[in-house]
Amino acid sequence: MSASGLVAQLTEVALAILLAPLLSGWVIQCRAWLQNRSAPGLLQPYRVLAKLFEKEVVLAHNASSLFRSAPYLIFGCLVLAAAIVPTLGTDLPLNPAADAIALVGLLALARFFIALAGMDVGTAFGSLGARREMMVGFLAEPALLMVLFTASLISHSTSLTTIVETLAHREFVIYPSMAFAGVAFTMVSLAENARIPVDNPATHLELTMIHEAMVLEYSGRHLAMIEWAASLKLFVYSCIGLALFFPFGVAQGGDWLGLVLALPAFAAKLAGGGAALAAIEMVSAKMRIFRAPEFLGTAFMLAVLALLVHVLLER
Amino acid sequence: MVLHYGPQLVNLLAAVLLLLAFAMLSQRRILSLINLFAAQGLVLFMATVLVAMITAQTHLYWSAAVTLVLKVFLLPWILHRLIRRLNVKWDVETLVNIPTLMIFGLVLVILAFNLAAPISLLAGTVTRSTLGIALATVLLSFLMMITRSKAVPQVVAFLAMENGLFFAATATVYGMPMVVELGIALDVLVASLILGVFLFQIRSRFDSVDTRHLERLKEQ
Repeated sequence: MSASGLVAQLTEVALAILLAPLLSGWVIQCRAWLQNRSAPGLLQPYRVLAKLFEKEVVLAHNASSLFRSAPYLIFGCLVLAAAIVPTLGTDLPLNPAADAIALVGLLALARFFIALAGMDVGTAFGSLGARREMMVGFLAEPALLMVLFTASLISHSTSLTTIVETLAHREFVIYPSMAFAGVAFTMVSLAENARIPVDNPATHLELTMIHEAMVLEYSGRHLAMIEWAASLKLFVYSCIGLALFFPFGVAQGGDWLGLVLALPAFAAKLAGGGAALAAIEMVSAKMRIFRAPEFLGTAFMLAVLALLVHVLLER
Repeated sequence: MVLHYGPQLVNLLAAVLLLLAFAMLSQRRILSLINLFAAQGLVLFMATVLVAMITAQTHLYWSAAVTLVLKVFLLPWILHRLIRRLNVKWDVETLVNIPTLMIFGLVLVILAFNLAAPISLLAGTVTRSTLGIALATVLLSFLMMITRSKAVPQVVAFLAMENGLFFAATATVYGMPMVVELGIALDVLVASLILGVFLFQIRSRFDSVDTRHLERLKEQ
């Protein structure tokens, strides 16, 4: 473990926690621009969080301790997930702690707790949302695993830093399998982050909502943690996407200059990714909920195709 | 630069071709289907030009030009006109539901890759590994042809199958002789015109372009 690695690790975690609401704000801003209306401002997510932290918590009578602890557990899972995805440098002290499979496991753990919390109070909406979330989850997870396995096959390792190092710092090679994996990953991350073709993040319409239905019972600081965790999830998925498909500019090993240069590159890539997300959301329409399995089934199939194409073309 | 990344770029374009074949397989709307077909033609054109540049085979430029004119502009234009006059823009019914179709498609891809692996070991061309993809595209188009009930998607699938065959020829032996290629291009063009006339006949007989009506023909 080197000093620069430690700095990279700490910067990464701090950036993830602090910048996640900004990324959500940026996506909202881009959508507003594309829809030709004025946006609420980039810092609006922070203001919402500050307001929620000040408000008092209202709990249902039959809410268990799970309901109260779930927001912190979810937040913790996502912070750890953000810590193990290499975005600035590849020399991360936390890297041996978890590989690509454990990353998917962490995201699954967060989903498990939010679904349990949704059902805990026993309202109809909560369990409806939890069931829908699990339906999306069990289809999205294998697809995400397959995408990560494609990258693992290319770099012969499931360790995320090795994957990024192979993709970013070896001689530049065009991987056709990554084209398939990229499309599959985009579809999975749209579904996982409750984005438009699968869910709509901007509405509380009962027929369509998945994520919002689960968290309806939350209020005050609990809701703030949940909202923060939701934007952190978007941030983590963006980081995974950038690490796998645009790993350029990530510092190699203990390179201080590279680390400094990686920061603006990372910011630019995130801004581009957010704008792309807003553009995708603009041109697609919300699907019926029962079309979601088909959408995610296609994502899984594309990810499997990525593996097959790797075997055929790149061996 | 082109020579160094050329084979990799051909591989990438081959992958995009396969991606488009799957997109066509899962497409519900006729209009998007035709646009996807035009996109497939464009990818095919780029791949052919690239192979021509890598191998310095001048006759491939000609077949690329034929591809561009025929498959990117002329045939999509004819198809667009056809659906406008038949007034069938939206509905595509599949006989099997789409997720099942996707799984069938995946099985076909595995089959095609396995079939092509020993053949491409024998070939000496730089693009030999794309043969599996070309074969998969042919099989996927065939699957699309037999699982659609409306006539227009069947025609598009037929044309997409020709795309796959053309790519297979380019990938394994750097294109067919010019006479054969022109002959096939003409065949496809004439076939699409005849099928167009045929569609109008079906519609005037049954008031729809569903080919399932043809299964119940009886002498009155």
